[in-house]
Amino acid sequence: MKKCKAFIIGGSAGSLEVLLKVLPALDPSLSFPIVIVIHRKHGADSLLPGLLSSRTAMPVKEVDEKEMMVPGSIYIAPSDYHLLIEMDCTFSLDYSEKVNYSRPAIDVTFQTAAEALKEELVCLLLSGSNADGVNGLATVKQWGGIAVIQDPDSAQVAYMPEQARKNVQIDRILRIEEIAAFINLLS
Amino acid sequence: MEISAVNDDQVEILLTDLLEQYGYDFTGYSKASLKRRVNRLYTLDKSLSFAEFRYKVNNDPLYFKRFVEQITVNVTEMFRDPQFFKTLREQVLPQLGTYPFIRIWLAGCSTGEEAYSISILLKELNLLHKSLIYATDLNPTVLEKAAQGMFALSQMKQYSENYIAAGGTQDFSSYYSANYSLAKFDDELKSKIIFSTHNLVSDHSFNEFQLILCRNVLIYFDRDLQNKVLELFDDSLEDLGYLALGTKETIEFSDIHKQYKRLPANKIWRKQR
Repeated sequence: MKKCKAFIIGGSAGSLEVLLKVLPALDPSLSFPIVIVIHRKHGADSLLPGLLSSRTAMPVKEVDEKEMMVPGSIYIAPSDYHLLIEMDCTFSLDYSEKVNYSRPAIDVTFQTAAEALKEELVCLLLSGSNADGVNGLATVKQWGGIAVIQDPDSAQVAYMPEQARKNVQIDRILRIEEIAAFINLLS
Repeated sequence: MEISAVNDDQVEILLTDLLEQYGYDFTGYSKASLKRRVNRLYTLDKSLSFAEFRYKVNNDPLYFKRFVEQITVNVTEMFRDPQFFKTLREQVLPQLGTYPFIRIWLAGCSTGEEAYSISILLKELNLLHKSLIYATDLNPTVLEKAAQGMFALSQMKQYSENYIAAGGTQDFSSYYSANYSLAKFDDELKSKIIFSTHNLVSDHSFNEFQLILCRNVLIYFDRDLQNKVLELFDDSLEDLGYLALGTKETIEFSDIHKQYKRLPANKIWRKQR
C-alpha cells in the first residue's frame, strides 16, 4: 500500500477491552492519526476519552467538528453524532438518522473516509453484535484501502467481524495481541 | 454500499442547478454529509440515472421540494441534551425574565420539538405571556408539521425522561393529549410561537433578540458559511443577549467571539456590551 494516512477502528460490544489492550502497545510517534468509532450509550460520553488516554501517551480527544486530523493523535467519535471525513481530511459531524440502529455508525465513517483517503486508509473492525461496519469495509476495498478485522475466534462477540469475513475480501485477520504490532508497522 | 452513485462533480452540478433555478444556495454546506444525503435520496427513490434524477429536481416542483427536505437533516427531539435545557431554565430564562418583553429566535427549528420545549420552560417560569419565539427553517414542509404540534406518541417516554433530567417537575403528559399514535401538544404552548421560513444562507436579520438558539445546524456548514451565519446572529442579538449552539459547535474560531463570554461548561455565549 501507499503510506497510511489514517487508521480507523470500528467496534461495538466487546471492543473496549480490545482497545484497552492495544493502546498501551502503540508507538506514540505514529505517522498517522487513529480514529475510533465505537457504539455506546448517549450521555456516557465523558468517560471514554479519559479511560483511553490513561492507557497511552498519545493525545486522546473527542472530535470537534471541522477539526483537522493530526498524526500521532487518537480521535474518538462523539456519542450520538455520525462522524464523517471530508476530502480535505477534516472531520464533520452529522445528526442524521441512525444507521444500523447506531449513531455514530461505523459504516458512515468508513465510507466517507474511503473516498477521502482511498488507498492511504486502513480500517479495522472489532468485536460486536450487529453488522455495522461491514458495508463500510466493502467501500474501503472498492476505493483501494486496506480492510482488517479482529479474528472472530478472539472476539468477545464474533458476529460483526464474522459478517465482514463472509461478505468482504479482508486483507488481514488479527488476533488481539497482533493488532498493535500491525499498526506500528504501518508507520 | 456501491461506490457513490452520484459523484462529487455531479453533486456540484446539482448545487449549481439549485442556486440558478431556485435561488437555494447549498454551496457552503459540508460536502461529505451533503453527498451522503444526495446519494441516500438517489437510492431511496430508485433513480434510473443521474440525468433522470437531475431532470426531476429541475423540472418537477414537488420533487424539488422533496429534494431540499431530504438533503437537509431534520432529525430532532424534545429537550435533547437535558443539561442544556436545565441551564436555560435555571440561568438564562430567569435573567431574560427581568425584561418587559422576551424575543427568542430558534434558527433551524425543523419539526418544532425544541420550540415546544422552550415554550414549556417559559410557561413553567411564568414568562410565556410576555415572550415571543420566532421559529424558522428553510423547509416550508417541516414548518407545517411544526405548527401542528403533534409528535409520535412512541417518543413521549424518552421526551419525558429528558424533561425530568432538564429539571422538569410537572407531569409531562399533562402537556399533550394522546390521539391514536400521536401526542397533540396544548395550543397554549404554540400561542407564542411564530413559525416562518428563513434561510440562514441568503436571508438577512429580521429583528433583535435576547436569545438566539441554533443547535446542530452549523455542523452542516463549512467554516466560511459558519462565520457568515455567526455574523448574522451577532447582528440580530441585543447587547447582553445569549447565543446557544449545539454541544459540538463553537464560535471560538469566528470574528465575533471576542465580544462574547461563554457560560462555563455550556455552549452558550453572552454578548458583552
